[in-house]
Amino acid sequence: MKPIFIERTPKTPLVKFDSEKGVIEVKGRSIPENSIEFYKPLVDWLEHYAKQPLKLTRVDVQLEYFNTSSSKCILDVFKKLESIHKAKNDVLINWYYEEDDEDMLEAGEDYESIIRVPFKMIEIVD
Amino acid sequence: MSFNITDYYNELSKGDVVLAYKGSITSDLINDILEAVEEKLDEYDENGKTKKKIYNILVESLQNLYHHIEERHEGVEEDLDPKFGVLVVVREEDLYKVTTGNFVNSRKIKFLKEKIDKINSLTKEELKDMYKFILNHQRLSAKGGGGLGLVDIARKTGYKLEYSFYNYNGNYYFFDLTIKV
Repeated sequence: MKPIFIERTPKTPLVKFDSEKGVIEVKGRSIPENSIEFYKPLVDWLEHYAKQPLKLTRVDVQLEYFNTSSSKCILDVFKKLESIHKAKNDVLINWYYEEDDEDMLEAGEDYESIIRVPFKMIEIVD
Repeated sequence: MSFNITDYYNELSKGDVVLAYKGSITSDLINDILEAVEEKLDEYDENGKTKKKIYNILVESLQNLYHHIEERHEGVEEDLDPKFGVLVVVREEDLYKVTTGNFVNSRKIKFLKEKIDKINSLTKEELKDMYKFILNHQRLSAKGGGGLGLVDIARKTGYKLEYSFYNYNGNYYFFDLTIKV
C-alpha cells in the first residue's frame, strides 16, 4: 500500500499514513469548509489497510483546532480503526492536547466514549 | 422604523472593536479574518485558553454564515452582495462579543428559534450529550455542514446565545446572533 503524506495548510492538517510501520499521524488545524473532500481519501485508505493491518496500529492525533465539519469525518476515521480493533488487532489512539486546553481534552473524551478503541490522553506541556 | 443595515452595523461597531466586517462571506475571507483576529489577540497578549475559544467560535460562526446564507435577497433594496453577511468582534471588560448577521427567509425563523431556545435551555452536561448524539447519528450535508456548529459554540462559551430577527422587507428578516466568550 502506498503511504499517504499531506503537508499542512492553514485549514488542513499534516497527514501521514504509513502501512509498513502501522503509524497514522494527523497534526495541526482541521477547519476546512467542507471536510468530506479532505477526509474521504483517508477513510478509503483505512478501508484497504483494514484488510491486512499490522498487529499494532498506532494513531497520533495532535490537533490544535478542528471544526464541527471535521469532527464527523474524524469519527469516520475512528470507526474504521474500531473495525480493525474489533478484528483482534491492537490499535492505540494517542490524543494530544495542549496544557490547559480543556476543550480539546473533552473532545478526545467524547470520541473515547463513542469508539471502542483504547485511547491515551496526552497533555503537551510547553 | 424599518431595519437599516448601515445603522445596525454602525451600532454594533461601537466600543473596543477587534474586527468588523460586512460583505461577501467567502472561503478566502474566512482565512483572512481568522488570521487578522489571531494577530490581534496576540497583540492583546490574551491567554491561550481564551484565544483558542475565540478562534474556534469564529470558525464555527463564519462557517455557519458561509453554509447558510440565503443566496438571493428578494426584496432587499440596497446594493448588497448575494453572500452578504456581517461579523463584528468587540472586546468588553472581561469578555469578547462575537456578532454575526445575515438575511434569512421567514420560513427559517421557526427552525432557528427552536434550535437556539433548545440549546439555551440545556445544561453543560446535556449539551455534551446533544453534541455526541448529533455527531454519532447525523450525516454531513453535501456542503459539509453537520448541524453541530451552534451546539459546539454553546458548549465552548458557557454563555447563552442571544439572537434577534429584524424584519427587513416582506418575508425577509435579518438574523442577528451574539455570542459571548
